[in-house]
Amino acid sequence: MTYTRRTTFKLAFGATVLAALPFSARADAAEDAIAAFTGGATPGTEGITLTAPEIAENGNTVPIDVAAPGAVSILLLATGNPVPDAATFSFGPLAAAQAASTRIRLAKTQTVVAIAKMPDGSFVQASQEVKVTIGGCGG
Amino acid sequence: MDNVTPRVRVPKTASAGEAILIKTLISHPMESGQRKDSDGNIIPREIINRFTCDFNGQNVVDVKMEPAISTNPYLEFQATVPESGTFTFTWYDDDGSVYTDTKDIAVG
Repeated sequence: MTYTRRTTFKLAFGATVLAALPFSARADAAEDAIAAFTGGATPGTEGITLTAPEIAENGNTVPIDVAAPGAVSILLLATGNPVPDAATFSFGPLAAAQAASTRIRLAKTQTVVAIAKMPDGSFVQASQEVKVTIGGCGG
Repeated sequence: MDNVTPRVRVPKTASAGEAILIKTLISHPMESGQRKDSDGNIIPREIINRFTCDFNGQNVVDVKMEPAISTNPYLEFQATVPESGTFTFTWYDDDGSVYTDTKDIAVG
């Protein structure tokens, strides 16, 4: 087979579509999880902080801090994991600060997202990309 | 599950209304349900799926946990102590086990 200009374009296009497919499937799972939490509302960006390392050498334990003063609950998502949900924190009347720290698994380099539900029914969102050297989901 | 040991760090004393930092750790494999054994069979999911902390019957925090939480789940949060009393920490396992720990705190 000779590589004409036309076939080269076709090959390149096919490769692009193939490469994009698994990513969009993953992103959909994360978007579904966000939509299930927010009910489709568009989250704001003020009033929530998400602290995660820029580079995590070991994806098995990545320390994550999240704080959203006044929030009712906070959803933590790892958008690139096979199951994007990581944890949901619901704060009771004796919570001194609507903040929590934990350690999560990240399968690969990805964006970690935190969404807080406020008492007035609005939502705020923060996200950060974490580069993962060794993935944390095992073989 | 056997060999599950909760460890909790709470200050022994506080002043009324003070915000205190609570750190909890529990030894648990948190098997994600994604891993395979040497024969290629998927190891079934076995995690702690919920954690709650209460003080004298009032809720402080209620956490729903997913397989993305690391082995030996660690949680850190802040609580207000209005009076002397007892913190109750409860972990709920997928297999139905419930692990609890309590810590007393004196307000003076």
